[in-house]
Amino acid sequence: MTARTYAAHAKPLWQRALLTREFAIITLLVVVYLYSRSEVPAFDGPLTIYYLLLDAAAILLIALPMTMIIITGEIDLSVASTVALSSVLVGDLHQHGMSIPMAGLVAILAGVVCGAFNGFLVAYVGLPSLAVTIGTLALYRGIAVGTLGTKAVTDFPEKWTDLAKQHIGDSSYPVIVIPFVVLAILFALLLHFTSFGRGVYDIGLNSEAAHFTGVNVARTKFILFVLSGAVSAFAGIYITLRYGSARGDNATGLELQVIAAVLLGGVSIFGGRGALHGVIAGVLLIGVISSALRLEDVTVNVINIIIGLLLVLSVMSTSFLSLATRASAGMKKRSSKSSDARQQLASAHHEGKN
Amino acid sequence: MKFNRRKASALGALAISAALVLSACGGSSDGGDKGGSGGSGKSVSVTFLPKNLGNPYFDTSDKGGKTAVSEFGGKFSEVGPEKASPDAQVPFINTAAQQGINALVVSANDPKAIGDALNEARDAGTKVVTFDSDTDPKYRDLFINQATAEGIAKVQVDMIAKQIGDKGDIAILSAAANATNQNAWIDLMKKDLSANHPNIKLVDTVYGNDDDQTSFDKTSALLQKYPNLKGIVSPTTVGIAAAARYVSDSEFKGKVQVTGLGTPNQMRKYVEDGTVQAFALWNPEDLGYLAAFAAKALVDGTITGKEGDTFKAGKLGEFTVGKDATVLLGDPFQFNKGNIAKFNF
Repeated sequence: MTARTYAAHAKPLWQRALLTREFAIITLLVVVYLYSRSEVPAFDGPLTIYYLLLDAAAILLIALPMTMIIITGEIDLSVASTVALSSVLVGDLHQHGMSIPMAGLVAILAGVVCGAFNGFLVAYVGLPSLAVTIGTLALYRGIAVGTLGTKAVTDFPEKWTDLAKQHIGDSSYPVIVIPFVVLAILFALLLHFTSFGRGVYDIGLNSEAAHFTGVNVARTKFILFVLSGAVSAFAGIYITLRYGSARGDNATGLELQVIAAVLLGGVSIFGGRGALHGVIAGVLLIGVISSALRLEDVTVNVINIIIGLLLVLSVMSTSFLSLATRASAGMKKRSSKSSDARQQLASAHHEGKN
Repeated sequence: MKFNRRKASALGALAISAALVLSACGGSSDGGDKGGSGGSGKSVSVTFLPKNLGNPYFDTSDKGGKTAVSEFGGKFSEVGPEKASPDAQVPFINTAAQQGINALVVSANDPKAIGDALNEARDAGTKVVTFDSDTDPKYRDLFINQATAEGIAKVQVDMIAKQIGDKGDIAILSAAANATNQNAWIDLMKKDLSANHPNIKLVDTVYGNDDDQTSFDKTSALLQKYPNLKGIVSPTTVGIAAAARYVSDSEFKGKVQVTGLGTPNQMRKYVEDGTVQAFALWNPEDLGYLAAFAAKALVDGTITGKEGDTFKAGKLGEFTVGKDATVLLGDPFQFNKGNIAKFNF
């Protein structure tokens, strides 16, 4: 714990707050947003923020547990399939006469079961999460598509479909922002202000060391996968009501959008590093860029190329830095043989963090 | 020191990526500005939103739309998702509403899921025309229908009658036994045959389940079972291609006629080698062309979508709005050796 933050704490507070990946992403978000407002036609209209948040809401929601899972060094690729399964369940149960809140509750329970199955295999059986969740990605999607086939359930009560798209008062913010903000605060408290959250980082840095310092590694991972399943199921209910359509192919490919945004937000795919405010800014940055480019009539392929390049550049920036750090550490070692163990320890931790 | 440099270069790298993103925005903003003035000026802005991009069928229909829009001097753009899914189509509809596009021409991935987004766009003043795949009528101003069941049935009977000299045994190779569309067409074909073609005898209807191998095997069985068979009609694109493939490699080539509904890219080989004289489908290029002119007529106020409204669609002539705000493209289009080279879908 002390060793990890050693280098970071060597600087004054204002530098620690400002010179971070997270802050860089937030700055970039603000710059791109202001630029789009002044240069992109129709971007400053009242609908932009509204549609942007409606589109980004599912990604924002799932990014919360995904951030914590990736910080532990694991990954959950099954989230979009859980979304689809939840969507299909809501549709099918509603079709058979269940009310939307009840169907939603069952869907969230199903999401918890999906997450628990992933979590059990990863945390207690000890299988790699990449393999497990590739499997459940296919499994949950298969169940979802199998339940409804090529049909879609679309006869949802307007009361509920309108709720999913409703504005908060007269503002340009949709109501889905409210559950997101509540969940974001809860996840931020959990990750950044509890011993559970510190355990999450410790597992990502070195899960064996975390185990010996008293972190219950298996339980932590299990809980995170369950949270991921539950939040994905909630996102599934939202997507179903927003489009008024429950289909087995809903949210196809959403898992990659979530993971891309999490990585853009400064979370290390190797675990141990990242923060929620960076991730939220990452999701919004992708949303603002796609929205602005769509308004410019840029085709979807070009939009994907730009977002892909941005992601590669932002991930590359840390790799270059770790190379640079290593090179400068090596140079120092050669020039002065007095470089002590603490110095080496600190630079080693830089590499780990990136 | 080291820490500083690391963070500085982090910001540097992000600044580079920011520059990249910003320059991408800037590069295309010229086109966007024109779009903005298009809305406020006289010219009509029409956006085509197919089910997905990179689909040869929609490339063809969008080409027709583009031709039409340039003929009436409007501003054309084509947007769409990579995957044909309704949730992927919605952001593009939202964008059209934000841009204040005059008309949006959509092929719907779901009859309901994109409905609310379409209505929001209509509230913002955008006219919505669906083509190829309709939504519920309450979500759009007009639907451009590619063909009616009667038209599809009639063109197939006409083709086979002409190809076999209006006399002899024929069979039908359909999709699944419970396929709604196919069964409706087959019923209409039977009525047409008994009323107008007394010398043509429909000996059997078999089902290939829209599976290539099954259709291929059923074709083989038909030809063994009915040695006097003169023609096979397959009202499904999978069936006609499988039947043509079997016949083109067999001794029946030239003796048994294959026709029905197919796409030029699947059928090109068999039309060129003489197995198939003609087959039918609608012309997606004309469909897009008509949809664009219908969109303009809505924007200009020439039509409102009321039954009996008429408008002119360039080279295709005059069209009348039918029931449920639907405009029919016309009779199906026949593809043959003379025209198939012009189509790529």
